Amino acid sequence: MSESLLTVRNLSVTYPGRTGMTHALRNASFELGRERLGIVGESGSGKSTMGRAILGLIPRPGIVSADQLDFAGRSLLANTDRDWQSLRGRRISMIMQDPKYSLNPVKRIGDQIAETCRLHLGSTRKDAESRALAMLEAVQIRNPDTVFTLYPHQLSGGMGQRVMIAMMLVAEPDLLIADEPTSALDVTVQNEVLRILDRLVSERGMGLLFISHNLTVVSSFCDRVLIMYGGRILEQCAAADLARAQHPYTRALMAATPSLDHPKAELATLVRDPSWLE
Amino acid sequence: MSVSLTQWLMDDRPTSRRQAVLGNLYRGLRAIIANPAALTGLVIVSLLILVALFAPLLAQGISPIDQDLARRLSPPSADHLLGTDELGRDIYARTLYGARVTLTIVFLVSIIVAPIGLAVGTIAGYLGGWVDRILMRITDVFLAFPRLVLALAFAAALGPGIENAVIAISLTAWPPYARMARAETIAIARSDFIQVVVLQGASTFRILFRHIVPLCMSSVIVRLTLDMAGIILTAAGLGFLGLGAQPPTPEWGAMVSAGREVILDQWWVATIPGIAIFIVSLGFNLLGDGLRDVFDPKAER
Amino acid sequence: MAGMIEIEDLRVTFGHGSRAVHAVQGLTLSIAEGESFGIVGESGSGKSTVLKALSGLIPSESRQLTVNGLPAAERRSKADRRHLQFVFQDPYASLHPRQTVDEALREPLVIHGLDDRDRRISDALREVGLSPEHRFRYPHQLSGGQRQRVAIARALILRPPVLLLDEPTSALDVSVQAEILNLISRLKQANKLTIILVSHDLGVVAHLCQRIAIMQFGKLVEVVDRDDLRSGAVGQAYTSRLIEASRGFVRNAD
Repeated sequence: MSESLLTVRNLSVTYPGRTGMTHALRNASFELGRERLGIVGESGSGKSTMGRAILGLIPRPGIVSADQLDFAGRSLLANTDRDWQSLRGRRISMIMQDPKYSLNPVKRIGDQIAETCRLHLGSTRKDAESRALAMLEAVQIRNPDTVFTLYPHQLSGGMGQRVMIAMMLVAEPDLLIADEPTSALDVTVQNEVLRILDRLVSERGMGLLFISHNLTVVSSFCDRVLIMYGGRILEQCAAADLARAQHPYTRALMAATPSLDHPKAELATLVRDPSWLE
Repeated sequence: MSVSLTQWLMDDRPTSRRQAVLGNLYRGLRAIIANPAALTGLVIVSLLILVALFAPLLAQGISPIDQDLARRLSPPSADHLLGTDELGRDIYARTLYGARVTLTIVFLVSIIVAPIGLAVGTIAGYLGGWVDRILMRITDVFLAFPRLVLALAFAAALGPGIENAVIAISLTAWPPYARMARAETIAIARSDFIQVVVLQGASTFRILFRHIVPLCMSSVIVRLTLDMAGIILTAAGLGFLGLGAQPPTPEWGAMVSAGREVILDQWWVATIPGIAIFIVSLGFNLLGDGLRDVFDPKAER
Repeated sequence: MAGMIEIEDLRVTFGHGSRAVHAVQGLTLSIAEGESFGIVGESGSGKSTVLKALSGLIPSESRQLTVNGLPAAERRSKADRRHLQFVFQDPYASLHPRQTVDEALREPLVIHGLDDRDRRISDALREVGLSPEHRFRYPHQLSGGQRQRVAIARALILRPPVLLLDEPTSALDVSVQAEILNLISRLKQANKLTIILVSHDLGVVAHLCQRIAIMQFGKLVEVVDRDDLRSGAVGQAYTSRLIEASRGFVRNAD
């Protein structure tokens, strides 16, 4: 890890509810450099909340608190709406699980990417279009000129996710938050998309926060992994060491995953220990 | 309400079918009560029912149809709380008894419009094909009938009267319900839980009436409640034209009509039933909006 | 001896003329009684369509399509329906939102006129690991895993010899998936079921099934044994690609 791009210390998100406070995220602390950091967890673990909290996207009445939340040396905690606007999409981008909901259905692909370019970089129309084309090429779309003129519904799932990546990266952000970016895709397509992300991260020196429920993908793709459970980071380790993880939850998750290479007569089931949340 | 009963009703682990159903109803009721507008609507509609039930008691024995020509058009006083009309009948008593007529309208419309609309809509939506095409064309035909003309025709054929007026209104009111039920059915029929009962071997009739209709019911009830204000007003309009309730039945629309001629000098004759129509219509609208929020599946989570 | 399920030259086409989509194009399979058979493929491979055709939810053409010796036509008698039941992918969509667990399990018993309903319902709940306290809950009061257990209990309450499972765990968390997979394998043993499991996840299919069909673009690529799938001793390049992809991301050396 070279310099720290994102520093998170004791980040908590709580939602007041009828039956008291719901703790979506409890005292999460980690640092992210120009690397691929994976966040793994099951539903309700707070992994998506983490991504949203970093981008200031926690809806009311959620309460965000942290001792420190620094991006590139500046605190995000006191950001105004205007500060966020200049940051989101420009220096921090986010890719969602399903491109269908993130692309405007009545605008052509090329125009959407070019618009992002003009909005964030102030490029001229011509410049923006050539950047958009170059970006489509960079995400390995074979005939960028044709795709440029298509509408979102004319794209397949894998193609749509590539377009999303192109759109999110055209402003050359320093940090990319990807929330289950490949979960809606077929396995063979999934790996192609990962390869594109991987190349862009290493070529452009971006930081990548890769949120996923899939242990196999995270352990094979990321440099480091955070394991989350019940809003808490249980464990951090190098992705390669995941097989030797310490925490019983992580080990139980590994044992519960049916694997082609390690057949088991019966899958281990998880016994949840309340002490994990203490 | 005792704490334990509330707990029993709100329990997420009901131990009997009755507790599950009652708990569900209780949660709905709580949602309505939590919504001030809906609660107002519920109170107004409940009051309407109470007034209709206890009209003789509330009128303290004063008859709504006894005439007293000597005291015609007298202003509100201790004897006649809300004054008398052009035939010397007590407006307070007539307004109270008028709630019964209004409730009759509500009841008749509900038992005609909802079943026809649901049956036509769900059958057309579920079976599709030529059944759908024929049923929907019939729906179009009924949609094209002008309401008042049909009411006139009914009055001519069957004689004027509130029941005939309501039947005429209902016959032109069900097509939107059929369209709504059809659209919902098409969406529901594709869902997995309907496929499951198909695979279990359930008959079409069973699928329609045990599995699809209950799901269309909530939007029909909401729509019916919201439409009720319009129906009451239409019925009042028919009464106003003399095609609805016949004298001496105390019907609010007809009462407004009678008071029209003296509106400048004896304002209470038309105003009191007018206010009643206004309040009841408002009540149904508020309740309808509240029910829509309660039945909203997104709020269930 | 004829198998429990015989499929010969199955074809499913959606739409007409130039816009027709050939979802399944000439599939032939034979599945023995008591076998666990898996079908793997990516989206658009027609794997779920095969199950729907077999259960008669969609029209299909074939030279032969039988379940337990009976023709699996789109229209079939109520009694024939008892030979085959289905578990759907999405546990949130496969339960009627306004029916309690009790009602959902009672319905098939009422349809088939079976008696002793209360005992059958409590037995079915116990069989899938649910306690009596779940019996009168509505679906929104249950977790995803509990819903899928209810769906399995409902499918098995008619004691069908054949159970079709369409991605039964893909909407669930890994830990819940493990519980459901264990449950399926236990119930299969106990009830001597013939199952067909459709999934996009090779790990899941190989865990439960002995023989696995790989499908792509509506056609059968090959049928492989689970051990061959694990060792990579497969005949077709596409199968190898699927196996490689499912092992996770491989960073190129360049």
